[in-house]
Amino acid sequence: MKKIINGQIQPPAVVEDHWKLVRGSLAEISNHGQSATILPFSLWRELRQAGAQLDPDKTAIWLSAEDDFRDEIDAILALPLVAIDFPDFRDGRGYSIAYLLRTRYGFKGELRAIGDVLRDQLFYMHRCGFTSFDVRADKDIAEALKGLQTGFSVRYQGSADDPVPLFRKRQEAELAGE
Amino acid sequence: MYLYDDYDKSLIRQRVEQFRDQVVRHQRGELSDEQFLPLRLQNGVYHQRHSHMLRVAIPYGTLSSRQMRALAEVSEQWDRGVGHFTTRHNVQFNWVRLEDTPEILAYLADFDMHTIQTSGNCVRGITIDALAGVAADEAVDPRPFAELLRQWATLNPEFAFLPRKFKIALSGAEEDRVLLRSNDVGLQLYHNASGEIVARVFAGGGLGRTPIIGRLICDALPWQHFLSYITAIVRVFNRYGRRDNKYKARIKILLQALGIENFVREIESEWQHLKDGPAKLTETEYRRVAACFATALPPVSADDATTPLCHDKEFLRWKKRNVRPHKIDGYANVTLSTKPGPGAAPGDLISFQMQAIADWAERFCRGEIRISHEQNVVLAGIRQEDLYTLWSLAKPFALAASNIGLITDIMACPGTDFCGIGNARSIPLVHAIQSRFDDLDYVHDLGDLTLKLNGCMNACAHHQLADIGILGVEKNGEEWFQITLGGEAGNRPKLGKVVGAALKADQVAETVEKIVAVFLSHRRESEVFADTFERIGIAAFKAAIYSNKNGSSAS
Ligand code: SF4
Repeated sequence: MKKIINGQIQPPAVVEDHWKLVRGSLAEISNHGQSATILPFSLWRELRQAGAQLDPDKTAIWLSAEDDFRDEIDAILALPLVAIDFPDFRDGRGYSIAYLLRTRYGFKGELRAIGDVLRDQLFYMHRCGFTSFDVRADKDIAEALKGLQTGFSVRYQGSADDPVPLFRKRQEAELAGE
Repeated sequence: MYLYDDYDKSLIRQRVEQFRDQVVRHQRGELSDEQFLPLRLQNGVYHQRHSHMLRVAIPYGTLSSRQMRALAEVSEQWDRGVGHFTTRHNVQFNWVRLEDTPEILAYLADFDMHTIQTSGNCVRGITIDALAGVAADEAVDPRPFAELLRQWATLNPEFAFLPRKFKIALSGAEEDRVLLRSNDVGLQLYHNASGEIVARVFAGGGLGRTPIIGRLICDALPWQHFLSYITAIVRVFNRYGRRDNKYKARIKILLQALGIENFVREIESEWQHLKDGPAKLTETEYRRVAACFATALPPVSADDATTPLCHDKEFLRWKKRNVRPHKIDGYANVTLSTKPGPGAAPGDLISFQMQAIADWAERFCRGEIRISHEQNVVLAGIRQEDLYTLWSLAKPFALAASNIGLITDIMACPGTDFCGIGNARSIPLVHAIQSRFDDLDYVHDLGDLTLKLNGCMNACAHHQLADIGILGVEKNGEEWFQITLGGEAGNRPKLGKVVGAALKADQVAETVEKIVAVFLSHRRESEVFADTFERIGIAAFKAAIYSNKNGSSAS
């Protein structure tokens, strides 16, 4: 079975994963039968508009950086998993989208990074609110896990993982010390 | 100066270990060149023409004597004894080996120095006025805010893979000495009517291939909101900036595409969600950081408040050009020129010069050194009575050239002698020009005249903002140079105009002479070049430059 990194548990670990990622068309879905699927956002929206009955426990979506999902946000918040695609690890739009989903819209489910997901970016992704990582297939996922294990203990600025910037903590530490 | 505490120090150390591991994995082939590239760039490691280059941050241009000595040591131990100080508060070592970089970083970390985000598509080092905190025309000291922004930007998880680099500049003085409107974001700090610190925010400025003067997007942003407002700007940029063409990826292009009104609306609407959140700066934090920069200078008695009488013409000339008033009477701010003429490249300091500067700073100004964006060294808060001694000490080290703001104070990039991006060599041209202007009386009589020279469109040395700008271009595998005239930095920034067809390298110095001759023949009294140019326009210059078929087809 396919493996992903689960970054929500402590310590983060490589785990088996039952979600099927659908990159392309409807035809692909039929191959997956009854399994839980991650649908492209646009396809998911079309299916819903067409009145398709989607199993709420087995349906998730993935967003590309271009998708304007604001009109569908209520339905998205009810999903168990949302994935964000990194077409190239140098394309940083996914970080902002993850941050917004977590903080602005309050998405509580699993937030997964898919696509060009590599060890050296996991720490930043985790900070921005991602909780699972579908590491690029040609990479050693056990190696990639180290990207979460050897993060930085100092975080100057707030993000989705912890909205409070260091300067407020410095202040509290000082007050407590007085 | 801001002193690093345990948080700051551990972050730098952890960064060194992270990079050490990345270098090893790259050597083992686990990280491809492509994957390693942004990682090394964000640690200041470039691959250049002959070797690797390491770009070390000098956050907002300030160094301690200890740190300057450490840089000298790096140059001795791992380089060829030279450091190149850039136009953006960095120092570059041009001859390092990639495998040594983790060791160098570990060494620098002992002195609270690092290379974090000195390159790459991320928020770069914040630049400020080299006279911050000491300039007589300053309303607000920008340094505490520069430090707070440094922390905000450092390893900011959301903004490590922006469409392109992002540069921020701050100033709190009347005269803009940091090119506020040639940065992605520029904050001009001032006091509002009720005495609170606020900022005018400029955005979308930049030089390079498409030079654009930044636009005012907010008139009075309260200081508490600096981090949240800039977060909003960078988030909008990250989401909507172009990624398909690196020459169209800077925020200036996004601003143009959206139009100023939509651009501001996007930012304001994003900011509404952030403005009163946890990133809002607190009075306590501002005070904590500001306290680090407070320097109490002992009052100088009336007798000592003036420079002792001295008739040395050379010294007086130096004092006129290189010494500026300090906020406090009896003290002065000194600029040591790194451009003594042929024999030194602008911005280059040899290790023994670095050591000497460190000694003088300790002796005369509490061990604090600043690097200006014009690539010179500023020693701030020198007692008037020490000026002569300092000048005498600097002379044998070739650091006493009295040419600040003059035609020989050339700003220049390293060009293709080192840089792997450029089209043309710049240093030989600098020297060719300086050789033609070796008569000091003549050069001083010309007055303020900026000359800036770049090896390519990237415009690291801002040729578009110079009275005389020189740009290296490539044509059929050959080096050509395009001249622009009438550019201006400062409070009314203006882009220079291209004067005509590009010239060959051996015509450039002569052309500069012709330009100066036209200026002199039209000059009224002691008018500066910019005023004469404004009055007479470009035609007279064009005529003189191309009178005897000097030009070529390579336009
Ligand atoms: S202006 Fe061009 S040649 Fe000069 S340093 Fe910058 S990129 Fe290199």
